[in-house]
Amino acid sequence: MDLFEYQARDLFEKHGVPVLAGAVATTDEEAFQAASKIGGKVVVKAQVKVGGRGKAGGVKLAVDANDAKEKAGAILGMDIKGHIVHQVMIAQAAPIVDEYYISILLDRSNRTFLVMASVAGGMDIEEVARTAPEKLAKVPVTAVDGISAAKAKEIITQAKFPADIADQVADVLVKLWETFQSEDATLVEVNPLVKTEDGRIIALDGKVTLDENAEFRQPGHAALVDHAAANALEAAAKEKGLNYVKLENGQVGIIGNGAGLVMSTLDVVAYAGEKFGGMRPANFLDIGGGASAQVMADGLSIILGDPDVKSVFVNVFGGITACDAVANGIVQALELLGAKATKPIIVRLDGNNVLEGRAILTAANHPLVEQAETMDGAASRAAELAAK
Amino acid sequence: MSIFINSNSKVIVQGMTGSEGTKHTRRMLASGTKVVGGVTPGKGGQTVDIDGHQLPVFNTVAEAISATSANVSVVFVPPKFAKAAVIDAIDAKMPLVVVITEGIPVHDSAYFYAYSVQKGTTQIIGPNCPGLISPDQSNVGIIPADITKRGPIGLVSKSGTLTYQMMYELRDIGFSTAVGIGGDPVIGTTHIDCLKAFQDDPDTTAIVMIGEIGGDAEERAAAFIAEYVTKPVVGYVAGFTAPEGKTMGHAGAIVSGSSGTAQAKKDALEAAGVKVGQTPSETARLMRAILGR
Repeated sequence: MDLFEYQARDLFEKHGVPVLAGAVATTDEEAFQAASKIGGKVVVKAQVKVGGRGKAGGVKLAVDANDAKEKAGAILGMDIKGHIVHQVMIAQAAPIVDEYYISILLDRSNRTFLVMASVAGGMDIEEVARTAPEKLAKVPVTAVDGISAAKAKEIITQAKFPADIADQVADVLVKLWETFQSEDATLVEVNPLVKTEDGRIIALDGKVTLDENAEFRQPGHAALVDHAAANALEAAAKEKGLNYVKLENGQVGIIGNGAGLVMSTLDVVAYAGEKFGGMRPANFLDIGGGASAQVMADGLSIILGDPDVKSVFVNVFGGITACDAVANGIVQALELLGAKATKPIIVRLDGNNVLEGRAILTAANHPLVEQAETMDGAASRAAELAAK
Repeated sequence: MSIFINSNSKVIVQGMTGSEGTKHTRRMLASGTKVVGGVTPGKGGQTVDIDGHQLPVFNTVAEAISATSANVSVVFVPPKFAKAAVIDAIDAKMPLVVVITEGIPVHDSAYFYAYSVQKGTTQIIGPNCPGLISPDQSNVGIIPADITKRGPIGLVSKSGTLTYQMMYELRDIGFSTAVGIGGDPVIGTTHIDCLKAFQDDPDTTAIVMIGEIGGDAEERAAAFIAEYVTKPVVGYVAGFTAPEGKTMGHAGAIVSGSSGTAQAKKDALEAAGVKVGQTPSETARLMRAILGR
């Protein structure tokens, strides 16, 4: 889960990372109040989870609270690269003399954590990495060792931070590690980390990504979810505990068991759909290894509730749960759904007890259900029906 | 022969007394796996009867090893307790630990992976994986044992159901070992580890490698194949239609920016001489062509 800047700022503050005063506002009136409370000059910043908002006019300096109200009014509702601005952050303005970069992230390739630090801050760090890699220190850190004060000092020295601020920056790095670890983050990034005229080191803008697998021990994280952004079908699926992702411009609803098989099913449908005017998969839905009748019914009802869907492809490999059990699940699911089931459903069963499973579906003789023997054949038929 | 597990593997089940652990212990036993006991902290000293097998329960992996000479552990412990369970196994110098558990926080898996590297005596497979099977010899995890038989193909995959699908497509030929390495961002055993083991295994004559979007493991595997693997390899990559920024079921299956796309992985594999199928069925046909069957 990616956080908004203001949420990142709040987490930084909680863990002692130095930040400026700031508050979030959803209306120009709230912006006025926040700016009045902070006092003096403030920066009004669009809260969107996409880069390049400054260039798009989503960050403005305001001289006082009235100005902040006006600037917030202009920024709220803006469309920045397809993201509508629903919130702005009102942040204290500070005179900046220098900008730096620090992040801690999960490095999948090396199966460890990685600190990246640079004195060339305020820029796109990927650009720095490409054009001036010598300016970006990359230091692996294991989950076992973490970042002690000594390790932080070593990293900051390696990144060639000026001696007069090295201790302050190292202290920030230790606190960022505390944030990273105790919040179960997979990314904490400060860009820029700034030095102010009065010599303070401050995290001016931040990005944080949290690990959803850690929800069970992070009770505070549920409040950080951006419900406004969630697709209604995705929200309904999540409530039922289903692993569902809505895809744009698709017509074939997909249900399968196992993440890899479902991903593969999406691809096979897209290939098959090329022959039928470009039919595409409408969603990802993994019902897991069990595939009970209730889960199948929940899954079918989500997919049949998607107005984009013209046909459904149920692709199940009978492994632990054999095909006869899955077939019974489909039959019962259709009974549960009754008249709500309105679109053709192509079922491909393979694997354990496949003949028994197919026989059950044949005997049920449901008018919407059609069977196919292979995954490729089923994808083709589902695309054909979607195109009708 | 086979890789990682064979008919001599003695397996303990961490979390055997839980419902998933019991269910899969039963299935592993039914397929002929030598399951010799279980570990559940606080339940040591009990004996569990699973289909007539009297299996002792131990408090720690170290106790289990000294009593049973187990050399493989399979972990069915829930996410909350998985880190402690794996560390217990590493501390006991268990040679192979197969972590089936799904949903482990990445800070925990990164920790136990780093810990295993520091100790240097434990290989981890997973987490969030279906385990591995050397058909007719040993089955550690949740892969259905009756899909196929022993044969000359080695298979490595991030995905469980695609593993089953591929084993089913090629069931008449059979497999030396099929390894599901898992779809999490940090995993203990990689495609490369398995490719190397298959290359060095005299009973494996050809290899199927199944990848999916996210990370750069397939690209690295491609470079390794070009350098080290002389046996024929066919490949399959899932996730061509996955949009950027959406996680597709596996925590690791996410395309970010230009990295981790299925096309990039396919291109890298083909550049290394791997024949890549567009669908699982086509991939199976490529393997048949190579083996002449």
